[in-house]
Amino acid sequence: MKIHEYQGKSVLAQFGVPVPRGKVAYTAGEAVEIGKELGFPVVVKAQIHAGGRGKGGGVKLAKSPEECEQIAKAMLGMTLKTHQTGPEGRVVRRVLIEQGMDLQGSKEMYLAILVDRATERPVFMASAAGGMDIEEVAAKDPKAILKEAIDPTVGFQPFQARKLAFGLGLPAAVLPHAVTFMQALYRAFEGVDASLLEINPFLKTKAGDLLALDAKVNFDDNALYRHAALRELRDFDEEDPLEVEASKYNLNYIKLEGGNVGCMVNGAGLAMATMDIIKLAGGSPANFLDVGGGANAEQIRNAFRILLMDKEVKAVLINIFGGILRCDVLAEGVIAAVRDLHVKVPVVVRMKGNNEEKGKEMLKASGLNFTAADDMTQAARKVVAAAGGAR
Amino acid sequence: MSILVGADTRVLVQGMGKHGTFHAMGCRDYGTKVVGGVTPGKGGTKVEGFPIFDGVDEAVRKTGANCSMIFVPPAGAADAIMEAADAGIPVVVCITEGIPTLDMVKAAAYLEGKPTRLIGPNCPGIISPRDKCKVGIMPGHIHMGGSVGVVSRSGTLTYEAVAQLTALGIGQSTCIGIGGDPIIGTNHTEALELFNKDRATRAIVMIGEIGGSAEEEAAAYVKKHVKKPVVGFIAGQTAPPGRRMGHAGAIISGGKGTADEKMKVMKAAGIHVVKSPAEIGAAVAKALGAKRK
Repeated sequence: MKIHEYQGKSVLAQFGVPVPRGKVAYTAGEAVEIGKELGFPVVVKAQIHAGGRGKGGGVKLAKSPEECEQIAKAMLGMTLKTHQTGPEGRVVRRVLIEQGMDLQGSKEMYLAILVDRATERPVFMASAAGGMDIEEVAAKDPKAILKEAIDPTVGFQPFQARKLAFGLGLPAAVLPHAVTFMQALYRAFEGVDASLLEINPFLKTKAGDLLALDAKVNFDDNALYRHAALRELRDFDEEDPLEVEASKYNLNYIKLEGGNVGCMVNGAGLAMATMDIIKLAGGSPANFLDVGGGANAEQIRNAFRILLMDKEVKAVLINIFGGILRCDVLAEGVIAAVRDLHVKVPVVVRMKGNNEEKGKEMLKASGLNFTAADDMTQAARKVVAAAGGAR
Repeated sequence: MSILVGADTRVLVQGMGKHGTFHAMGCRDYGTKVVGGVTPGKGGTKVEGFPIFDGVDEAVRKTGANCSMIFVPPAGAADAIMEAADAGIPVVVCITEGIPTLDMVKAAAYLEGKPTRLIGPNCPGIISPRDKCKVGIMPGHIHMGGSVGVVSRSGTLTYEAVAQLTALGIGQSTCIGIGGDPIIGTNHTEALELFNKDRATRAIVMIGEIGGSAEEEAAAYVKKHVKKPVVGFIAGQTAPPGRRMGHAGAIISGGKGTADEKMKVMKAAGIHVVKSPAEIGAAVAKALGAKRK
């Protein structure tokens, strides 16, 4: 799960990570009030779940209440496009009003903690090249990124923080602050079950203070069950409405831009492979949808409903490998859903495994307009043709 | 011959709830020696004929179990893995989906230096059809004893590949689902090592997914050490970057872990890469045929 910058900063502050003073505003009026509280100049920052906001015009300095109102007014409701939002952009609904910082003589660095899959450990990363796109830094000069693997049984140690701090070229006077800062950051990472913590830029002011000038905090979805307060931070406006709807029924649905073949599959790997084979057949998948291993009739009905809410969908491919899920149960669910929901688009069904013959007979006997397919290649060809041919 | 599980495997089921019991029975029906279950607080009772124990340690002492299959819900699953390792069980198969990553980080650290091999979590398990041994939730009837080893990050996609093999009359030595999570006990490379050493395995199918670099590492191993034909497929060729495709581990991040990149590296390592998931069986048949000549 992703959260906004202002929420991330508030989470970090609870663990003792120093962040600039600031507050979120939903209206221009609120923005001005917060600005007056903080004292001008302030920075107005668009809050969307995507990076690269500065370049897209989503971060601006306001030197007076009038300017603050003007900027907030323009920003709230605007569609912000960055390299991470895609061409459609995101509507800004909240802005963070933050104390203006004197960046003269300051140093911008980068800190991040994430779990490294290869070593199976959390890794603390630091780079003196802050404020930049870290992926670019990693590609151009991998040595510019310092890494400390963390032993999960003892946690992040002060000597590791010192290594990173010296590696960043921080002066000895700042060292104790840096160690405290990094340790607080690791406590936050562990404490909230983050999947990623990123501070970019990590700022050292001229006076020697350290601050998280920006904060990206992503949570491990699997661990959210033990963080009730964090679950409240979810912003449904930032998610695709169909994906939100699907998540209510434990369906794993991801909308794909520009596709017209809806797919319903059991199992994530097979769902991805089904998308792939549609593409190979010259078509374009409209979504990823995993109904799970133990899907029942009700879930299939909901899956169908969500698939068809996407108006781009011109044909549907159901690809089920009945291991635990029996094909006759699936057929029953599909028939009921097509009847109840008055499905008009062509539906190609490919089912394999337990009670396959029985399931196929049921589809045939239903009198509904199903196209049966024996294997994945055939299924993909048929559904692509039904959706209007290769594109 | 097969790898990891076989005729001598004695399985203990941790988490004998509805799900665990259902699959314990499925494994027993297939021919697996399921010797008991563990549900703390229910020790001394019986469920569907399986003796239940309070802890793994006691269960191992009384049943001689040498393999465990875990169905414990996510919040307690990492603990269950460590309990099995503590009891000295050599092969632990964790089926549970949705374990917090940091719990798995700790469990992985706990397993370091111990002789226990973990398979999964978030996996369908492992099956050696020629030994009639199934430790997992896969449908047993689609398998057939033979000489092809299958290793995969997914569940139903593995069934799909296995069904293709069986339909072509190509049997399997062992099929391992290694799981779709970012942190797993046994990775592609380790499974390939085992298959490479196994005399009964003559060809290997490796089914990967987008995300991480496990397939790239496995490809490097194949290039260096494996003489047996390897057929590979990567799911997620059409997946958008930055989105988690069902499996927690299936995500393209920072432009890394794309299907294209993986397939390219695998091809360069001499792996027979198929673009279509429907061609896995045929590619194995071809590779085996070519080898025979």
